[in-house]
Amino acid sequence: MNIHEYQAKAVLKSFGAPVAEGVPVLTLDDVQKAVDSLPGPLWVVKSQIHAGGRGKGKFVESEAGEKGGVRLAFTKEDVLTNAKQMLGHHLVTAQTSASGKQVNRLYIEDGADIDRELYLSILVDRESGKVAFVVSTEGGMDIEAVAHDTPEKIMTLPVDGGVTEDDASKLCDALKLEGTARTDGMKLFPILYKAFTEKDMAMLEVNPLIVMENGHLRVLDAKVSFDGNALFRHPDIIELRDKTEEDEKEIEASEWDLAYIALDGTIGCMVNGAGLAMATMDIIKLYGEEPANFCDVGGGAGKEKVAAAFKIIMKDPNVKGILVNIFGGIMKCDVIAEGVIAAVKETNLAVPLVVRLEGTNVELGKKIIADSGLNVISADDLDDAAQKIVNAVRG
Amino acid sequence: MSILIDNNTKILTQGMTGNTGSFHTNQGLAYYGTKMVGGIHPKKGGTMWQADNGTELPIFATVAEGKEKTGATASVVYVPPAGAAAAIEEAIDAEIPLIVCITEGVPVLDMVRVKAKLAKSKSRLIGPNCPGVITANECKIGIMPGSIFKKGNVGIVSRSGTLTYEAVFQTTQVGLGQTTAVGIGGDPVKGTEFIDMLEMFLADDETKSIIMIGEIGGSAEEDAAQFLIDEAKKGRKKPMVGFIAGRTAPKGRTMGHAGAIVSGGKGDAESKIAAMEAAGIRVSPSPARLGTTMIEVLKG
Repeated sequence: MNIHEYQAKAVLKSFGAPVAEGVPVLTLDDVQKAVDSLPGPLWVVKSQIHAGGRGKGKFVESEAGEKGGVRLAFTKEDVLTNAKQMLGHHLVTAQTSASGKQVNRLYIEDGADIDRELYLSILVDRESGKVAFVVSTEGGMDIEAVAHDTPEKIMTLPVDGGVTEDDASKLCDALKLEGTARTDGMKLFPILYKAFTEKDMAMLEVNPLIVMENGHLRVLDAKVSFDGNALFRHPDIIELRDKTEEDEKEIEASEWDLAYIALDGTIGCMVNGAGLAMATMDIIKLYGEEPANFCDVGGGAGKEKVAAAFKIIMKDPNVKGILVNIFGGIMKCDVIAEGVIAAVKETNLAVPLVVRLEGTNVELGKKIIADSGLNVISADDLDDAAQKIVNAVRG
Repeated sequence: MSILIDNNTKILTQGMTGNTGSFHTNQGLAYYGTKMVGGIHPKKGGTMWQADNGTELPIFATVAEGKEKTGATASVVYVPPAGAAAAIEEAIDAEIPLIVCITEGVPVLDMVRVKAKLAKSKSRLIGPNCPGVITANECKIGIMPGSIFKKGNVGIVSRSGTLTYEAVFQTTQVGLGQTTAVGIGGDPVKGTEFIDMLEMFLADDETKSIIMIGEIGGSAEEDAAQFLIDEAKKGRKKPMVGFIAGRTAPKGRTMGHAGAIVSGGKGDAESKIAAMEAAGIRVSPSPARLGTTMIEVLKG
């Protein structure tokens, strides 16, 4: 689960990390009050969307002006003008689609005098199975580009159960921190680790972490995501979820405990198992068409869940055909067949449907589909199924 | 021979009294008489559990007690996510040699803790978020459908459950059959990686060929490819077919499995396929042609 920058900073601040003073605003009416509560003489107006690259982004609407999604303001009037231009408009960044994301929230923050920009992130390193810090002196930039062009400028440090003095020292050295900044760093790294582990974060990225002209460190930007599997023990974090940032179909799918991801193609997929669901997308592509979604109904889906998945897939107007691919180990094919038939009837399905069933009770499942009298194309294996649905959508 | 489990393996079920644990303990008993020897429940120790076929199994309050009374050599964990890590840790403390965790949705930082404990232990963990292990016609631990297996000579290792079934089903259809199939699980931090299983399959005389199914995310497939290259230099090599799921997956999105995500410029399908091909694995572009590709490879 992702949260906004201002929320991430509030979480980090609660652990004692140095962040700037700032106020989130949802409407233009709140801007004046926000700006008055900050000292100035420099303010930063930041678009709050769940996507990176905001500073270099561009708004779709011309009235939003030429500037990006993060703007400096030198007067209070300037703050108001920029807020007016940004709020409600669509910001396109390297991480959004071409139509961009609507900016519904702004964060107005106290400006800082920057001496140096650094990069820091914490994540779970899969290779070592440990929590690891990733740091670089090349802050403020796309870290993937740094990793590609100058990998020697990135240091990864796995830690064991906590940040030792030695670990913190190594991080300070890698970031070339001296004097006041080093003192700050020795305190900051254990704080960030504590926040990461106590809140079950999946990723904590501070880009940039800045050394200010007064020598102190500050978290200038923060991007945090949480391990969805651990949210059950963090009700405070669940509160931070902003559903307007998520795809409507994906929200509905999550309510049914379905793993659904909307994609750009034309063939809707309903599959059991994440691996098989990905493989089904791949084989559609192999035969020259594009999948409209990833959808894993899981191992124990019943009739209702299958029907719900079907309806969610059908909400996508780009869907020109549906492929159901079930390898029933635990799931019984007859149950799936009944769910599919019920959903077809209920949704008055008007696009071609190919069903491939395999595994437990497969004969019974195939019979239920054949006897239904509905226009459902049966397939014998995955290859056959993919070819049939591709041919069907091509008419 | 086979790997990990055979008809002498004695299994305790952690979480046997729940629906899932109960169902699959019955399925295990029904698969060539897999030796399910008891269950664990902290509050129901001392009671008996009745199987569908009339067998009665004892329930113990702790894994340690269960191991002592039954001589169990393995445990399977169906405990819900919030308690799964603690259940694994209890089995590690009881020095159970093989622990298989089926549970999906274990918090990743719990697994970081478990992994650190495993490193200092005598146990091997398979999973979590995996379908388990089957040695054909001998022993079934987990949720794989036993009916699609056929005793034979292909070893199968996979990060995905249902794709394991595809590989099993297809190798049965083409007549090759399996020695052992292992689902290592779809989570980013897990007990066992490809390399451990490949090492075992290379060492197993009965396993004549290997199917390895990976997916996007992490670098376990690349690491496995390097391992195979190094072993081949020592003269250890078996015919292999591979598949990588997620060629069409968008970057930065988690594809159902917590571990299936291309991020930070790492973990994409193309680099995995290239690494596997460099290690002499015939990578099938289609998940529907694992069995037939193996036949082609074996014909040379």
